[in-house]
Amino acid sequence: MKKKWLMLLLVVTMTTMLWGCGKSSNSAEGKTSVLDGGAGDTATELSYWTFVELHGQHFKKMLEKWNAANPDRQIKLNVTVMPYDDMHNKLSIAVQTGVGAPDIADIEIGKFPDFLKGTPQLEPLNDVVEPYKDTIVQSQIDMYSKEGKVYGLSTHVGASVAFYNTEILKEAGVDYKSIVTWDDFKKAGMQVYEKTGKYMGTADTSAGWEASMMLAQQKSDFTDDAGKPIVNSDAMVKGLKVLKDLQDNNVIATIAGGQPDTEEAYGEFNEGKYATAFMPLWMMSRYTNYMPDLSGKIALAPIPVMEKGMPRSYGGGGTGTVVTKTAKDVQLAKDFIAYAKLSLDANIEIWNTLGFDPINMDVWNMKDVTHNPENQFVKYFVNNPFDVLNDIKDEIRLIKSTPASPTINNVLYTTTLNEIFEDGRDIKEALDDAQAQIEQELK
Amino acid sequence: MIKRFIYSQKVAPYVFVFPFVAIFLVFWVYPLLSSFGMSFQHVTLGQEAEWTGMDNYQKLMGDGVFLKSIGNSALYMVLTLVILIPFPMLLAVLINNKWMWGREFFKSAFFFPALTSVVVAGTIFRLMFGEMEGSLINSVLGVFGIEPVKFLKGHLTGFVALLALATWRWTGVNILYFLSGLKNIPEEYYEAASIDGASAFQKFTRITMPLLKPTTIYVLTISIYAGLAMFIESLMLWNGNNSPKNIGLTIVGYLYRQGIEKNNLGYAAAVGIVLLAVTMIINLTQLAFSGMFKKED
Repeated sequence: MKKKWLMLLLVVTMTTMLWGCGKSSNSAEGKTSVLDGGAGDTATELSYWTFVELHGQHFKKMLEKWNAANPDRQIKLNVTVMPYDDMHNKLSIAVQTGVGAPDIADIEIGKFPDFLKGTPQLEPLNDVVEPYKDTIVQSQIDMYSKEGKVYGLSTHVGASVAFYNTEILKEAGVDYKSIVTWDDFKKAGMQVYEKTGKYMGTADTSAGWEASMMLAQQKSDFTDDAGKPIVNSDAMVKGLKVLKDLQDNNVIATIAGGQPDTEEAYGEFNEGKYATAFMPLWMMSRYTNYMPDLSGKIALAPIPVMEKGMPRSYGGGGTGTVVTKTAKDVQLAKDFIAYAKLSLDANIEIWNTLGFDPINMDVWNMKDVTHNPENQFVKYFVNNPFDVLNDIKDEIRLIKSTPASPTINNVLYTTTLNEIFEDGRDIKEALDDAQAQIEQELK
Repeated sequence: MIKRFIYSQKVAPYVFVFPFVAIFLVFWVYPLLSSFGMSFQHVTLGQEAEWTGMDNYQKLMGDGVFLKSIGNSALYMVLTLVILIPFPMLLAVLINNKWMWGREFFKSAFFFPALTSVVVAGTIFRLMFGEMEGSLINSVLGVFGIEPVKFLKGHLTGFVALLALATWRWTGVNILYFLSGLKNIPEEYYEAASIDGASAFQKFTRITMPLLKPTTIYVLTISIYAGLAMFIESLMLWNGNNSPKNIGLTIVGYLYRQGIEKNNLGYAAAVGIVLLAVTMIINLTQLAFSGMFKKED
């Protein structure tokens, strides 16, 4: 009897352990698919890692064009999609050890400085960027550069705008077009809350879209010119005070997930519980993909400012496509990503497929592209996104990405913003603590 | 010659033990020594490591987030001990009772959660404890007129979710340990006690508990280790290693953040060595107090 029990115990523990192993390795490997893009047998196979499934769709289109145009240099692309943290952690280990890295990869702007530490294990792309240099926004090249060498190719400008739910606003008798300053927004928001019981906007705790937009309109940043963190600056305190005041007046409230770009928040928006999101333009693709009920109800507008005349936007988020040092055919990979991300065709497709604001700003003025009535984004939104974009075109500020940025982001978006908007901690105090913590971690 | 070697009674045990010893040396002892060395260095993957002496340890002592992670792990460990030893023991005694009906059913029902992957379970618990009105727990609370709770954003409520997950998942495993311990207690002791007029409670405290001691010590030892080394539960429950205000950050989570996410392997090694030291001190003390090192009579 004793033995039987022992056996059972052994077997059960062993299977549990095995089960555990099998499961975790499965989920960590991600989804891989091969795109041949009409390539023949002689095509070179390149591997590509990304954390955004949609980016693969764009590459698919560009690959077909590339293979048709370059019959002697055809490519087959192995696309692997992994979750955000997972992909960056794996890629970081792979490029640093020189084992197992893909040929091409997407790196998010928040993680990019980590990959530029010391001697970057990425290929400089200056030669392939050169031909397109005059057509694309310079700051989008600088974002992914170190000491004059370009290491990543940007995907979009990410101009931030306000997304208003016109249905809720109509119910409350508010016209979003008349909102210019935060005072206007507050008045409108109080009216919305009073009439509908719904919140005008969100108080973000797990991301810095709102904090960045408040800094950008005061022409400030998270770091000073030397790249040193200054998260407790007067501009930051002032900006967060505006948001806190909105929260205290029931104009904005914290949201499940902590910010608009999360699964939980998509649901809350889709149900019409919040009327506004202040997000970079790529949020459009989240609306069309995850919030189908809001089709025909969302209008875009410039973000409110503290005082009339302040810059009304900044470039938020971003993804740099890189070629690793261990790539099989470095030149081929470089030529292909330049074609797939910087060419005029690529920039048009980036709008068509992904709904992003292209870094070749000539596209912004191509009416047939931007106002194409068949385009899913044009169909979904109340007004045309490019009408707003062209309006704020010269006011799009840049929030720098520095070696200190990953640490700053980590401290602000896990601790500080939660303390301020969830626990009601004093803004200055919380920011002073954050500054001290960041300095300690960067030592 | 070869034959004599193979059939030698002196050599044979070593041959059989060799695979274990080899694996132990390569996959446990070597990494342990190597991390010990790394904890005194500044290590960045792919680049030359440099010796920095006690720098990493000095930095650790002033690192608020690290101290918080120790606090979280320690609290989690203590609370899991408080929940996951007495209750499974009582349940095991109940299930073992011959008057109990449906014994086999309860055995498997309690054990079932242990078979699911933590990844799946953690994700489901995250949704159950979501802060929306519509999440399972908040809907239940709503029936009693309680406002929706932001479970995963508060320290206390976050731990409620974490402990709910741990209890759901590990109760069955511990029941199984205790059941196998109970099977080793001869029936005659209880009969003798009954004849002497002992009550059920007396039988439990005077016979069951003392005789279950070896099992209890075993469960205690692995629970201390498991509690301090917990990581995936927190990772899945908060959908990443960055919980709000670090309420769910554990020591291993911090090791992962420094070593893998920030590529600061030397510092992470120091975190690991501290974890090892803490676990060893607690467990050795506990084992010494429970008399495990005394020679058997």
